[in-house]
Amino acid sequence: MGHGGGGCHGSRLARSRLRLLIVAGEGGGSIPATRARIERLWPGAVVFDHHGMTEVGPVTYQCPARPGALHVLESAYLPEVLDPQSGKPVPAGETGELVLTTLAKEAFPVIRYRTGDICSITDEPCACGRTTRRISRISGRCDDVVVVKGINIIPDPIERVLMSIPQIGRNYQIHLEGLDDMTVKVELSPAGFDGQIGHLTELQNQVVEKLRAELLVRPKVELVACGSLPVSEGKAKRVIDKRSL
Amino acid sequence: MNTVKLVAVFAENRPGQMARITEILARANINIRCITVASSGAFGVMKLLVNDPELACHALKQESIAATLTEVIAVEMPDKPGALHSVADCLASADINLANTSGFVINNRAILVIEVENPAQAGTVLKKHGLHVLTQKETLAI
Repeated sequence: MGHGGGGCHGSRLARSRLRLLIVAGEGGGSIPATRARIERLWPGAVVFDHHGMTEVGPVTYQCPARPGALHVLESAYLPEVLDPQSGKPVPAGETGELVLTTLAKEAFPVIRYRTGDICSITDEPCACGRTTRRISRISGRCDDVVVVKGINIIPDPIERVLMSIPQIGRNYQIHLEGLDDMTVKVELSPAGFDGQIGHLTELQNQVVEKLRAELLVRPKVELVACGSLPVSEGKAKRVIDKRSL
Repeated sequence: MNTVKLVAVFAENRPGQMARITEILARANINIRCITVASSGAFGVMKLLVNDPELACHALKQESIAATLTEVIAVEMPDKPGALHSVADCLASADINLANTSGFVINNRAILVIEVENPAQAGTVLKKHGLHVLTQKETLAI
């Protein structure tokens, strides 16, 4: 349930009797702004996130006591968080790449499978009483981390900014060209259009300033039509890097 | 107060956008009577006077195109030198700003279409100046 897209297409969900939504995909439900947006669309429903992947199935589930924290199914996996460059375990609380070894799969076992998902892991006691380790929400993909003007850019803060602006849809792409020119293409939500070109320019500038505050890099922002950015069946390709160096 | 509804449509500033939008409108049997396009960098806004603005807006939204209705004033003025100045001057005297404006002459009738912050106020000023502010029906019948 719940791969998002509702921001662009509107809904009649306010009349739904749903009380519990279990969502998955693209780090969405664990991002507070995304969670809040989903809960606004389905008033009265609580959102629970879980994380998994095509290759191995479900891997984590949201801690009932701490939204944004995900308990690992340690009966099924040995999780590690490693530096994607060196392959060594990162210090506790720092982010790295989630690497999994399955413990019970027979038909498709994996050993130290590099998931590409970026997160941190902790074995600190949890308020819910469970003793399984927790990972943070997935903050991005290793292949989506880029360096622009010397600064590491991951998509997660960009998604947080876009979720906080109701006139903007959820889908976006980062285009890198030339030496270090960054353009973030964002979709205009049809509900956010009032017919005035001046307001669109103001909206665009608002997105630029909010992204600059998060990323410490000032990107160009292009407003594009709803549904015009590609959405893949699997992981969305967020970064198009065509830089010359 | 007589106002006219235009359909405002968001579009990216690249080839094929007008073709896509007009194809949707044609399939919905919408007749376009007047069109303006304003561009700003990578996007633009089209404003269309059509025979059925509500249907046009609905047809575009069904295709996930950002579209909305905006209200404008259509005022008829004499088709002669100085007429436009007279209209602009009377609005300026009432401190009314013209946000978006277009005009055309057809069948010897000069029509000015203006977007203002307060259409009711603008309509009153124009009427006091002896000008005829058109209804939606009158505008489409030109």
